[in-house]
Amino acid sequence: MANEETPLLSVRDLQTHFYTDEGLVRAVDGVSFDIHRGKTLGIVGESGCGKSVTARSLMRIIDPPGRIIGGSILLRQERNDGSGQIDEIEIAELSDTGQDIRNIRGEVIGLVFQEPMTSFSPVHTIGNQIVEAIQLHRSMDDRQARERAVELLTMVGVSRPEERLDELPFQMSGGLRQRAMIAMALACEPDLLIADEPTTALDVTTQSQILELMQDLQEQTGMAIMLITHNLGVIAEMADDVVVMYLGQVVEKGTVDEIFYAPKHPYTKALLRSIPNIYQPSRVELPTITGSIPHPYNRPSGCPFHPRCPDYMPGTCDVDQPQTVTSKTGQEVRCFLYTEGAVRVDGSGNSEKEERQWSHTS
Amino acid sequence: MLGYIIRRAMFSLVTIFLVSILSFAIIQLPPGDYVDSYIAQLQATGTPVSEAEAENLRARYGLDEPFVVQYGLWMRQVLRGNLGTSMQWQRPVREVIGDRLALTVVVSLAALVFTWMIALPIGIFSAVRQYSIADYIATTIGFMGLAVPNFLFALVIMYIGWSVFGLNVGGLFSAEYELQGWSFGKFVNLLTHLPVPAIVLGTAATAQGIRVLRNNLLDELRKPYVVTARAKGLSETRLILKYPVRVALNPLASTIGYMLPFIVSGSVIVSIVLSLPTVGPVLLTSLVSQDMFLAGAIVLLLGVMTIIGTFLSDMILLLIDPRIRMEE
Ligand SMILES: Nc1ncnc2c1ncn2[C@@H]1O[C@H](COP(=O)(O)OP(=O)(O)OP(=O)(O)O)[C@@H](O)[C@H]1O
Ligand code: SF4
Ligand SMILES: [Mg+2]
Repeated sequence: MANEETPLLSVRDLQTHFYTDEGLVRAVDGVSFDIHRGKTLGIVGESGCGKSVTARSLMRIIDPPGRIIGGSILLRQERNDGSGQIDEIEIAELSDTGQDIRNIRGEVIGLVFQEPMTSFSPVHTIGNQIVEAIQLHRSMDDRQARERAVELLTMVGVSRPEERLDELPFQMSGGLRQRAMIAMALACEPDLLIADEPTTALDVTTQSQILELMQDLQEQTGMAIMLITHNLGVIAEMADDVVVMYLGQVVEKGTVDEIFYAPKHPYTKALLRSIPNIYQPSRVELPTITGSIPHPYNRPSGCPFHPRCPDYMPGTCDVDQPQTVTSKTGQEVRCFLYTEGAVRVDGSGNSEKEERQWSHTS
Repeated sequence: MLGYIIRRAMFSLVTIFLVSILSFAIIQLPPGDYVDSYIAQLQATGTPVSEAEAENLRARYGLDEPFVVQYGLWMRQVLRGNLGTSMQWQRPVREVIGDRLALTVVVSLAALVFTWMIALPIGIFSAVRQYSIADYIATTIGFMGLAVPNFLFALVIMYIGWSVFGLNVGGLFSAEYELQGWSFGKFVNLLTHLPVPAIVLGTAATAQGIRVLRNNLLDELRKPYVVTARAKGLSETRLILKYPVRVALNPLASTIGYMLPFIVSGSVIVSIVLSLPTVGPVLLTSLVSQDMFLAGAIVLLLGVMTIIGTFLSDMILLLIDPRIRMEE
């Protein structure tokens, strides 16, 4: 993650927990990462590992009984008086219904998510909903806002935009709706677009069109993208930096090349092994990660991955939580295999030499 | 859209036809006919009735003819606006129930207005503040409203009105207007009498409405489009009123039609307790005495009112749900 520029957004030790009747769910439990202008951060992990909750925490739209209970979300914005001064806003400390966070939603951070069927209100026209997004942050009258909406739909490649504006969501296909959704998220030219599995519900062709569209738009506007997916193929195609999450924690973080060519964490390696490979003989079954995701109410002790980990070291991994260590290049991993002083029981995995490149961070 | 209206209208007409058969049949169901109970009544008071007299009575009212013919005779009269003669009151049915029917509609509409004035804000509030103390209170009161029988509630309100406020509750008019023709004064007098029956009759429906709206809204509040709207930067109040409430109201609009007869049928005992000049009590006595034409006319008119109500709520749905409008 060798990016010298000050990040647009810095998340540090974010903790978002749900206080449900059945128990406490640590959906996000100490997550840290940076998002840079013009770059795409990919977030990957199995279902339930806290990707969506992380994303929603950034916009403070966590549903009750969820709450951010710790950590910081620092947003850096250039003051628009031309002074070049950078203002820092601590999003984690804003009121989640106040004017301050509402000025950020839609204006600084835009959101696109999975369900193109249900992400629009079924009883309002697409135009009504896009125009609303524009007028919330721009002082435009109805006619100007409508023109802007046409412009946006054209930008995301919707044909006959004028007519589309007067249509209801059910009259459009999934791909079109997702384009309209992106148009709406981009209505006020946000600095960051959060796309939470934007293509999961779409067929493969539409999927790649939408991803391409997002890349084009990023080039045009210089916005940052936070892309959430469980599809490593999508990550490889889109991301500059990657965060791998497991049970609410970041287990590995690095550039896309580091993650794909030099993965460190046993979980990342397992994820990579489960990608289909065209060179594999078709009879061979895909290796899946052994075991199932633990139930959110019973988190394993020690390293949360230890019940499924092929490199599990009894007496260490199930007792203590590994700390995050950072390599010289900035790649981060949270695993006892890379922690100095860790007791290695078997000889597999990394050589002594490699281990010494890693040092503690707190 | 035109197709939708025509379909609903056709559907309504067919249903009206079925209701007319049904209402006539229901009246025919009990063993014996009006003449039997008339004779029994006369004999009970010590006046013997001869066979010939009985036959005479039967022929006069067409009671000897087969069902289809009796139905035909009745319908022909009904279509001419003649609802027949009430045997019990010895007056045309229209005179017996004319004013009462109008007042029934007025009281029902007042109950409906009361219902929605209360149910809307409370339902929305309790969904949005789910599990808050206010929500628990609203939900509890709602269940009590459902559980307490209307007539008991009517008695309680009457008692409170009389003992605490010194009001003479009951009826729809003060004594001085009761027998007068319509005037502005009488109208105002009616308005001042409406709240008590509207509250009593609307309470069960209000409780029901709160529950349905709360549940609908809780479902809607979890839908992704609410998150989308929030993520645009919309304020919470505007967001909730514009999106989930709007969607949650759609299924309720279609229940308005059913609420009218629900209120009317639920109102019989309450009307007696509150001595309301509505059709409820008349329906009850006409059924007891098997006054066929009167009971048949009331059942038919209530049925038709229901169907018209349903048709109107379909039209309301057409107005508020653009999905139906754009379907064709
Ligand atoms: N409203 C909620 N109430 C209780 N628990 C919740 C709620 N929303 C999320 N969680 C819990 O938080 C955890 C993380 O959920 P999250 O939706 O972030 O997963 P995810 O990584 O986005 O998964 P997916 O890939 O399936 O979208 C899960 O264990 C989930 O059960
Ligand atoms: S800490 Fe231990 S259990 Fe956890 S991933 Fe590393 S080796 Fe596996
Ligand atoms: Mg998710």
